[in-house]
Amino acid sequence: MTVPDRTGSVGRSYPRLDGSAKVRGQAVYADDIALPRMLHCKILRAQAPHARILSIDASAARRLPGVVAIITGRDLPIRFGILPVSQDEAALEEHKVRYVGDPVAAVAAVDEETAAAACEAIEVEYELLTPVMTIEEALKEATDEPIQESFSRRRDNIHRLVSYEFGDLEAGFAAADHVREDVFFFQGNTHLPMEQHSAIASHVDGRLTLWSSTQVVHYVHRALSRVLELPMNRIRVIGAVHGGGFGGKTDPFAHEIVVGKLAMLTGRPVKCTLTREEVFYAHRGRHPTLLWYRTGVTRDGRITAMHLRTALDGGAYGSYGAASVFYTGTLQTVTYDIPAYKFEGVRVYTNKAPCGPKRGHGTPQGRFGIELHLEKIAHELGLDPVEVKRRNFVKPFSRTVNWLRVTSCGLEECTAKVLEASGYAQRERRTGHGMGFAISAYMSGAGTAIYWNDMPHSEVQVKVDRTGATVYCGAMDIGQGSDMVLAQIAAEELGIEPRDVRLVTADTDLTPVDLGSYSSRVTFMAGNAALEAARKMRALLVEAVADRMGVADLEEIDVGGGRIGEFSFEEACVIATTRFGALSTTGSYKPPRIGGPFKGSGVGPSPAYSYSAAVVDVEADPRTGIVTVGKVWIAHDIGRSINPLLVVGQVEGGVYMGLGEALMEEQEYRKGLHKWPSMLEYKSPTFLDTPPIETFLVETIDPEGPYGAKEAGQGPLLPVIPAVNAAVFDALGVWVDETPITPEKVLRALDAKAKGKPPRHGPRSFPAVPYGEPIRVDPPARDDLRVGAELEAAFGQTPGAH
Amino acid sequence: MPTWLDREVEKAVVRLLLNGEEVEFLAPVHKTLLEVLREDLGLTGTKHGCELGECGTCTVLIDGRPQLSCLVLPLQVEGRPVTTIEGMAAGASDHPLQAAFAELGAAQCGYCTPGMLLVAKSLLEANPRPSRAEIQEALAGNLCRCTGYAKILEAVELAASRMVAT
Ligand code: FES
Ligand code: FES
Repeated sequence: MTVPDRTGSVGRSYPRLDGSAKVRGQAVYADDIALPRMLHCKILRAQAPHARILSIDASAARRLPGVVAIITGRDLPIRFGILPVSQDEAALEEHKVRYVGDPVAAVAAVDEETAAAACEAIEVEYELLTPVMTIEEALKEATDEPIQESFSRRRDNIHRLVSYEFGDLEAGFAAADHVREDVFFFQGNTHLPMEQHSAIASHVDGRLTLWSSTQVVHYVHRALSRVLELPMNRIRVIGAVHGGGFGGKTDPFAHEIVVGKLAMLTGRPVKCTLTREEVFYAHRGRHPTLLWYRTGVTRDGRITAMHLRTALDGGAYGSYGAASVFYTGTLQTVTYDIPAYKFEGVRVYTNKAPCGPKRGHGTPQGRFGIELHLEKIAHELGLDPVEVKRRNFVKPFSRTVNWLRVTSCGLEECTAKVLEASGYAQRERRTGHGMGFAISAYMSGAGTAIYWNDMPHSEVQVKVDRTGATVYCGAMDIGQGSDMVLAQIAAEELGIEPRDVRLVTADTDLTPVDLGSYSSRVTFMAGNAALEAARKMRALLVEAVADRMGVADLEEIDVGGGRIGEFSFEEACVIATTRFGALSTTGSYKPPRIGGPFKGSGVGPSPAYSYSAAVVDVEADPRTGIVTVGKVWIAHDIGRSINPLLVVGQVEGGVYMGLGEALMEEQEYRKGLHKWPSMLEYKSPTFLDTPPIETFLVETIDPEGPYGAKEAGQGPLLPVIPAVNAAVFDALGVWVDETPITPEKVLRALDAKAKGKPPRHGPRSFPAVPYGEPIRVDPPARDDLRVGAELEAAFGQTPGAH
Repeated sequence: MPTWLDREVEKAVVRLLLNGEEVEFLAPVHKTLLEVLREDLGLTGTKHGCELGECGTCTVLIDGRPQLSCLVLPLQVEGRPVTTIEGMAAGASDHPLQAAFAELGAAQCGYCTPGMLLVAKSLLEANPRPSRAEIQEALAGNLCRCTGYAKILEAVELAASRMVAT
């Protein structure tokens, strides 16, 4: 693909399209919607972490004035879940609850207070079961019954086991001069979007409309159809202006289904807005994860083999977990060249709020571990950690041992930028001051859809008529600015300004299907679909204009600056409509088959990976253990920056969120209860905790991204966390091998060091897990870049093994 | 009669000077200013993230000073001037802070934005040339999960410089 000059809107910084509405309080979020005769819904949630429901008596609640309807699990018996392999949730549980916060009953009433009072008046009789609260407990046989008693066929609480060996591990370790093992723990944490989840449903003319603060209208649409037993053509899901997701609004949720059901039962609109406490229970956040690494290296630090084991605490339900477990292990190879790689992972059920995808989805844990592990290897060999990492960087346009295809890769450039800007090599060396360096990679959208189908992942329509151009796309702008990116792409191709493009997004009645805003996929996938649709439209406009001008060579017709040939864009629209009739073009994007010839190869491939490198500067006080971040330098290989202002915004937000995870955020439980389901006690960085961030955008022009673009929403979070830990080691000579790095842990590590023990704080061992025999996979030729049909022909297998 | 449980709920008529206009409403006395603004007066520009006084999202100005509307009862502020985000712009023209926030991408999801803007407004009124540290300090009670605060800081500085210049 040729890269057009940046004469148009691509590559320019435009503020977001709805910026004015947002600063004026005019943007309409889900909870801002109020419809005539609207009822308010409250959900009664389990107060026990693990219990059988013996009976539910709502008779007293029903008698309260103002209560209009009450439903329980009996009214919504069909189970659902985001992945086809994990249909293990109910909108309301009928027989059993699995975590404190599990939904049990729902009330629709004239106001929220009445609904809440009615919830309190519902009597639920429970038979308590033994709660399972740790990975170690979950690996053992269940005391009374497994948490997913009927969904799982096992007697323990293991949800998912994966085991792979790519290449010859034994030979790899045999070739090593040095072998090292390390254990790490990554604590769970949550998205904490500022907006509490909210959904409002209305049932009119036999059609259900739902407005929701969701990241994926399509997945909500599917879940509603399944559980409410309505054909999809009777349901319309509209993404309201979005108050923050970070992965936390990517699953379909109980409250979305419940308001739909209540609206159908009562004939009145019904709204449910979660309280902040309920948001903590809705969760789907970072999996607490134990990691064990064993790596062989040559004397000069080249990796010869790596063996990684991970164990993920999944909480009570599947959510995206079957994918999350893969993500803790798959992407290590797209940053470092690992000639032989064994990866074993397990995800267990526990009686906690379900974990799922949070910014970085499964990869921050693995990234944290591998970066610190390589640091330790370098120190042990007496080598510079940065140099060791660099020696192992993957090469652009290569294939990894686990069949992932790397295209553009700006690791070297990113590394050079942050090292130079931070003065890393010349940093001030004194006790209490340190710098840490780390790198990462992330996917520009997953290569495989979460439910098996052969359709595009993104579909876009462009319509032109005498009133101008409109782009229709199912993607949801969740604050990252994807609407502006779509407008810029259309504007670039049509030669107009982004503000002159009308956008209709995230409305299942109006927009073609898009798999939504998660997995860092919108710019790449919806962008490519928009590009195709807009180019087709441009061709029609140019043809009509050339015809009118009597020009035979279409190349002679210039498009840009609001003009097509000698006509204004508006005139061109009239000319083209006159010439062709109604004008509508479409574009779609489906990633090619990239994964290798083995079961499970669908998790990890992406049409392009973004790369980041970061240096973090810290002050770490050896007396108090307090770690203060002075500054973060981050360079991000964005492929091409379609809108630098928005990209930098994503990078800064990712760095901030990474710092929160590194230093303070943790979702902890005690006696079956969430310890901190409030914003005051769940610590997240305030304005005062957030240091200056210096961002460098590196452009590598990816061959498959729209104009060469790759993702920015998730990757930049990843290197920050291990870089903070490395900086603490640089400052104090001790390792905190788990997140978050609290002052207490720093002091414990210093204490260990003072007592002559290993200078670290962190997990000591990794539990025994019945991973089973690995699937052994022969590595591809490392320069084999084939994808799609060509690749499949090479291994003679149909796509979709997953 | 309000229907909460089966007991009478005391209601009161409250008068506020809201965004320069006198408004009068009848509401249960225990209903917070946040709820009254959003539900009774239709001013949904004021957002909420916790309704417990923890996040700063619901900030409004009372007598020009930031207050968490989720912790204020309307009766407490009877007759006093209340400014919400809807009252920040002068007609069609944005307040310089609003313009700077929109321009620099200080609003991503935009959910924390109304609260941030109002706190910043009161800061700049008291201190037209705040230092970076003073801006950070003033806004430390308002959480934002999208921006890492960086663009918000730049936007407040830009607005301050423009306001001082005019
Ligand atoms: S909603 Fe008032 S402080 Fe959070
Ligand atoms: S812009 Fe989303 S919370 Fe601040």
